[in-house]
Amino acid sequence: MTTSSEIKKKVIVFAEKRDDLIHPISFELLGKGREIADKLNAELSCVLLGYRVSREQAMELIYYGADQVFLYDNIVFKELNIIPYKHNIVQLVKREKPDIFLFGATHFGRSLAPRVAAALETGLTADCIDLQVDENGDLIQIRPAFTGNILAHIKTKTKPVMSTVRYKVMQMREKDQARKGQIINEATEVPNERGPRIIRKERQAEFNITEAKIIVSGGRGLGTSEGFKLLKELADLLGGVVGASRTPVDEGWIGKEHQVGFSGNTVKPKLYIACGISGSPQHLAGMKESETIIAINTDPSAPIHRTADYSIISDLYQVIPEMIKQIKARKVNRT
Amino acid sequence: MGLKLIVLIKQVPDIAKVRFDVEKGRIDRSSAEAEINPFDLNALEAAVQVKEKVGGIVTAISMGPPQAVTSLKDAIARGADEAILLEDKVFAGADTWATSYTLSCAIRKVGDFDLIFCGEKTVDGDTGQVGAEVAEQLGIPHIYYVSKINDISQDKIKVMSEVDESSYLLESDFPLLVSVTKDVNKPRLPTLRDKLKAMKAEIKVWHANDLSDVINLANVGYFGSPTTVHKVVIPKEKERQGKTFKDVPGGVNFVLDALEAKKLI
Ligand SMILES: Cc1cc2nc3c(=O)[nH]c(=O)nc-3n(C[C@H](O)[C@H](O)[C@H](O)COP(=O)(O)OP(=O)(O)OC[C@H]3O[C@@H](n4cnc5c(N)ncnc54)[C@H](O)[C@@H]3O)c2cc1C
Ligand SMILES: Nc1ncnc2c1ncn2[C@@H]1O[C@H](COP(=O)(O)O)[C@@H](O)[C@H]1O
Repeated sequence: MTTSSEIKKKVIVFAEKRDDLIHPISFELLGKGREIADKLNAELSCVLLGYRVSREQAMELIYYGADQVFLYDNIVFKELNIIPYKHNIVQLVKREKPDIFLFGATHFGRSLAPRVAAALETGLTADCIDLQVDENGDLIQIRPAFTGNILAHIKTKTKPVMSTVRYKVMQMREKDQARKGQIINEATEVPNERGPRIIRKERQAEFNITEAKIIVSGGRGLGTSEGFKLLKELADLLGGVVGASRTPVDEGWIGKEHQVGFSGNTVKPKLYIACGISGSPQHLAGMKESETIIAINTDPSAPIHRTADYSIISDLYQVIPEMIKQIKARKVNRT
Repeated sequence: MGLKLIVLIKQVPDIAKVRFDVEKGRIDRSSAEAEINPFDLNALEAAVQVKEKVGGIVTAISMGPPQAVTSLKDAIARGADEAILLEDKVFAGADTWATSYTLSCAIRKVGDFDLIFCGEKTVDGDTGQVGAEVAEQLGIPHIYYVSKINDISQDKIKVMSEVDESSYLLESDFPLLVSVTKDVNKPRLPTLRDKLKAMKAEIKVWHANDLSDVINLANVGYFGSPTTVHKVVIPKEKERQGKTFKDVPGGVNFVLDALEAKKLI
């Protein structure tokens, strides 16, 4: 006879494979997963589905904290087709009966996880920024809602407790090549269910604003797409990149990969310079965690000033050239 | 002929106006007017454009309180042909699973359909999960993050789907659920005539007993929800320096000194 205390708890993390690489969020999830598993005295597993996956890649997941890896290698996983991914993960969950199952809140994770959760008739908490274990051993899932205005603490009654976790908020562990673990080769089931057909795949521009340490962002106050040339000059000088509020993106002044905010990217740079941006709640949702914020806006009542460390209440077309001039002068003086 | 199109619409508060009580951790929904979730306007516009291209009928469905009728009237003003509100005390307090369960039961009751459109996410719940969960419950495929509808015919759709750093051109048969981003279109504004016409439109209201042949009430509302909000925290804004300058060269000089001290330049 087994009592509940003899059954080891299980945490499973979904490792996301993109082309030939494992997405870094997978290692972040393993970092958090390890912490949770240790608190619950649970086993931490990772499921990796892909095509032509090397053993070394599966081993990486062990080096970053997994006790075992369920490995699926099949051509159906060559592209990100939701249906076969869902089918095999659901089968695995039914067999392993994990207590907790974590996905990355990437586009793919946020599309796949709800399908898995619905198939398993379990709860799913979206876009978590923290996971904690409470005194009862329950998982507290913390997530922003209401366009980033609140943080909800959520508990799940059903098993497994499922969450998607935001990229770049969890800490990955130091890689430990001495860690031992098991790689279990799983047989892939190819479901009959059909899904959409891929006609073509394009890579987007390499530009990724979420990686930037310094962002010089422009809003409607720029007036024209030309304004971004000036911002680019400042950004280049600072070793940063150009961002934007939604307005210039909708106007077609700049590409949507530059957009910061609720319907764009969430960023947390060391320095965020908001030029001609009023500071709508939807924009703030994407940048208010920045370390230092400078606002340049002619309107003293613009809400952005309340979130800024430094506000210059003046025309950005005077302020930015002055900044460029003074930065250049400082660089000359330093050498 | 023509396609049977369904749009899922949620009524939400205007986020720019909602007040949040930091001390009590409460959201004062009455502080803001209710409107159609902005991303659902893109979903509705997509459905209406499909109808205009290949013919069909657009049915807007929403689960929400009685006053959500106004959002469904707005949906009719913006081009939906008919609208159904799922309204019952037992539906209240639903999480994404219970919401998608209730919506999928109603969709089953509506009967045949070709395409379901929904928004990327709601501005209040903000999960983006309901669409894919509805698709799974109906046993149909879904495509998320659709930024463009490239082609539509009586039996196929081609769309661009953004998956992080890649875009996919995908083709699918029907039935299918499509979740759109704000980039898919610019929602039209209803004319005064459309608005007047919509005021007279009849919105069907389905209560739990109207769905009794398709629904298991153990799965709806607060009690049918696998997740519960156990606490709400309204985070205090980060402390900021809040230094303000009007003089350009002096202000710039001060700011650059500060940035230099922080080793940012
Ligand atoms: C569902 C939804 C999602 C959204 N998502 C996003 C999002 O992801 N990101 C986002 O940014 N917005 C988003 N928005 C839009 C948001 O509500 C605002 O409309 C937008 O952020 C405003 O952009 P802005 O600050 O550039 O323009 P405005 O609000 O028009 O502000 C322009 C500012 O420029 C100042 N200005 C003008 N001229 C000058 C000058 N010469 N020098 C200095 N200052 C000047 C003005 O004083 C003003 O404050 C979203 C909205 C909705 C409904
Ligand atoms: N109560 C609801 N009634 C109708 N549609 C909804 C409801 N909740 C969510 N949706 C749809 O599902 C999408 C995603 O919502 P969410 O998962 O809450 O972010 C929305 O944009 C709507 O299209």
